[in-house]
Amino acid sequence: MKRSIICISCPLGCSLSVEHDDKIIISVSGNACKRGPVYAQKEVFAPERVVTSTVKIEGAKIPLLPVRTDRSVSKDKMFEVMREIFKLKAKAPVKRGDVICKNICNSGADLIATRTLS
Amino acid sequence: MKNDYQVIIIGCGVVGAAIARELSRFDVKVAILEKEADVSFGTSKANSGIIHAGFHSTKGTLMAKFVVPGNRKFDRLCEELEFPFERRGELMVAFDENELRILQTYHKMGLDNHVPYMELLGKERVLEMEPNVNPEVEGALYAPTAGIICPYEYCFALTSNARENGVELFLNKKVSWIGKQGNGKFEIETEDGSRFTSDFIVNAAGLYSDEIAKFVGITNFKIVPRKGEEYLLDRRVGTLIKRVIFPCPTSNSKGMLVIPTVDGPVMVGPTAMDTEDKNDWATTRDGLKEVFTQAQKMVPGIRTSDIITSFVGLRPAAVGNNGDFIIGTTTVSGFINAAGIQSPGLTASPAIAEHIREVLNKEGVKMELKRDFKPKRKIAIRVRHLLEKRDYSEYGNIVKNDKAYSKLVCRCENVTEAEIVAAIKEGHITLDGIKFATRAGTGRCQAGFCTSRVMEILHRETGIPFEQITKKGKGSEIAPYPIKKGDGK
Amino acid sequence: MTKIIDALVIGGGPAGLAAAISLKKNGIDKILVVEREDSLGGILLQCIHNGFGLHRFKEELTGPEYAEKYIEMLEGTDIETMTGTCAIDIVNEKDGKTVYLMSEKSGLIEAKTKVVILAMGCRERNRGNIAIPGTRPAGIMTAGLAQKFVNRYGYMPGKEVVILGSGDIGLIMARRMTWEGAKVKAVVELQPYPGGLNRNIVQCLNDYNIPLYLSHTITAIRGNSRITEVDIAPINEYKEPKKSETFTLTCDSLLLSVGLLPENELSQIAGVILDKVTGGPLIDSNYMTNIPGVFACGNVLHVHDLVDWVSEESEATAKAAAEYIKHQTIQKSKIPVRVGNLVRYALPTVLEPGKPGLISLRVIAPAENATLYAKVDDEIIYKKAHKKIFPSEMQRIEIKKVPENAKMIHVYLE
Repeated sequence: MKRSIICISCPLGCSLSVEHDDKIIISVSGNACKRGPVYAQKEVFAPERVVTSTVKIEGAKIPLLPVRTDRSVSKDKMFEVMREIFKLKAKAPVKRGDVICKNICNSGADLIATRTLS
Repeated sequence: MKNDYQVIIIGCGVVGAAIARELSRFDVKVAILEKEADVSFGTSKANSGIIHAGFHSTKGTLMAKFVVPGNRKFDRLCEELEFPFERRGELMVAFDENELRILQTYHKMGLDNHVPYMELLGKERVLEMEPNVNPEVEGALYAPTAGIICPYEYCFALTSNARENGVELFLNKKVSWIGKQGNGKFEIETEDGSRFTSDFIVNAAGLYSDEIAKFVGITNFKIVPRKGEEYLLDRRVGTLIKRVIFPCPTSNSKGMLVIPTVDGPVMVGPTAMDTEDKNDWATTRDGLKEVFTQAQKMVPGIRTSDIITSFVGLRPAAVGNNGDFIIGTTTVSGFINAAGIQSPGLTASPAIAEHIREVLNKEGVKMELKRDFKPKRKIAIRVRHLLEKRDYSEYGNIVKNDKAYSKLVCRCENVTEAEIVAAIKEGHITLDGIKFATRAGTGRCQAGFCTSRVMEILHRETGIPFEQITKKGKGSEIAPYPIKKGDGK
Repeated sequence: MTKIIDALVIGGGPAGLAAAISLKKNGIDKILVVEREDSLGGILLQCIHNGFGLHRFKEELTGPEYAEKYIEMLEGTDIETMTGTCAIDIVNEKDGKTVYLMSEKSGLIEAKTKVVILAMGCRERNRGNIAIPGTRPAGIMTAGLAQKFVNRYGYMPGKEVVILGSGDIGLIMARRMTWEGAKVKAVVELQPYPGGLNRNIVQCLNDYNIPLYLSHTITAIRGNSRITEVDIAPINEYKEPKKSETFTLTCDSLLLSVGLLPENELSQIAGVILDKVTGGPLIDSNYMTNIPGVFACGNVLHVHDLVDWVSEESEATAKAAAEYIKHQTIQKSKIPVRVGNLVRYALPTVLEPGKPGLISLRVIAPAENATLYAKVDDEIIYKKAHKKIFPSEMQRIEIKKVPENAKMIHVYLE
């Protein structure tokens, strides 16, 4: 099977031509760097996305703490992760990189703070 | 007794507000019932802001009767009430023989109405005065007594001073029923269940003045809105013309004009289209084309790329009265009309107000001048005027006395927190109301930067929850849905 | 209050922060950064999505993370910062500039400085600029303002959203609103190609089956208190709507992502001459404007799509500004940079012979199988083939050394 996908690993957004069968990638072309085939592999068989959002925070000068998953999570789990993020609450002080929720929804990714708030 | 008054004015546009302010000079118990979330939110907010010289009005009409006396009162009102007003003058321009003849007709009408200092100008004089007018102009009728104001600032000023002198203002009170009690007093009910009683009612309800009149059985006029689209151009264009430029009028309107405004931007419009819908506030593509075609004919330097915003006004034109004002007593004792006030209503408003006061006096309301009447209105300092003049020593002094003047809220129009807070304290608690009172949000970025800041200040000063802050009253909330987070749900 | 400093940086976003740090690295002593918001970081603080720093830090960060890295670098120095402070006027004096600052904490401040670096960023084009016919109800706002409400305050402007404009901000907000529970019904784009990066089409629209209507426009807005619906129509080759094919979508919110404009109000007050195409100041290859000692970098100069290049540009600007402070260096020799028809703009518009040069440019429309060239007089010094090239991606041409006797540089696409 042949597919045309856009790599989202970086803002360049290379147009990849991917040949694959049910189990493996046969070939990838159009990539400007080695991230392309890695992305193609995942996107065709097990697509993943990084989730970014905000979490309510108590005791800080602003009401919301921006957060993200420290690696991409399976696309199927995306909405589950979002729903879980809605439930969470953080408490100041928080440092950028602090883990707000370890292995969120069993996705293999930690939810980390992307801002330092005291 | 609570909610009992001698005079209740229904509607607080420029007419209602002018009447209120005039009555506030006397020992009379007055209240205003306004259906919107702030005053001037109906026809008055979309007014072109022109104080007409008066040569457009036909002799013998109420319009002609009130326009020149009204015009004359603006210098004093401006001085007392501190709203922006400038006597710029107006030019009605002609492009051919036929139009030159029309100028003569209006010149005569002006003389009939006692419009002072008019001149008929030839091509050279016109281009000398206004070099950016189309060089194909053949002549113009010049009336130096015409002026420009900001209509909602005028309305706010009148209302504020009236209230300071004892008039009570009730917002969000849409009249739903009027009846007469046995003792001759009117009983008024509003949609939210409030009740008021009054000896007299002044009907200044603009677009809905026919519906208010119907409540007491008066059905001899109908308001058919005449829609007008206006386009506001970047203040850079404001250097193109000094005076208001009129074309020769059409049968149903004064035409589409090029209007300098006191605050800087130039306005072009309005169109004139009869509509059945009192809620048709939509601008249209055709309207834009029409306005710009006409405007560019008179001032070729105008471009559509200069548009910063646009809006619609609905003139409350009365049908069944030759389109004239409907002012005075009616068949219902105590019910006074100030209705059908389309152009030149703004200009006429101070004179209409005085006339209504005389009518009320004649009808039995004792008019004794208040000894402690406060004619002058105190306003927050408009910092932007100082900044435009680069007067930093004066500005520095102001900031020393009040830190809030150093907090810049609207970057485009240089509006500080002190001015926003003053507007909120005066009762303007919608974003549009604050916008009209301070100019925050009217500039190039169209409130992109200041919206959230104004909302923060509003919330802090009034306690209104962030999600309930509106643009112009209930139903127009800016950010209505707080995101519920951290509840463990 | 009066302050006497060597350099004033106006804007505490990524451009201003990088410039200030670079000034310090280049030996400048008294540096002041002024920022009108309450915190440093600029627009990055509300850009909670990732896509920042891939070039700079070799990792994909979110906006706040990128900003914080620079704030931490700055905090390690003696650079002074003032938040809640707005620059309102720049007056040229004999030996420098006087900048008037409005500070929430300290009132009016007169800052006497040798050099000013303009780093004020940009603002969003709004509805008034594009004159959409219809009513003026609540529920209409720029995508950036919506982003502020959602990410900084925690409020949704609506639940049923239509987005006009497929620029990156619009695409990002399509995803953000969806993630926070809204239904995004459509993204409407006037051009036949999207305005934002391809990766955002994938991860913001395709992932959520949000329809993208290219070559369409909004022809009417309805609703008096709050928006209730919009009319959408395809456009013909003259960019006029085909009325007969109009369809209506109900919504309670319309977000506008119709372009960014460099915010040069202050620059103009100072007498800076702007480039009509970019909307930003005209600069020489030292990023200096027509006013000696006034420099510009970042989005106020031209709208960027990658913050990494903003940082790099700002560092170069600051280095030149430092030279100016130390040696009053003014670029004497300027050779013009001309652009071919398919290039919308290139800056700087002049380069200095004998020095290295960096040209940033954008093409006017998407093209396939095209080659970007840079020529010095008759000699081709740069050539890069592109399978696909887009206006939404800034291109950069690095020139190691502009030949001493060069007369003109020509940048074009074939």
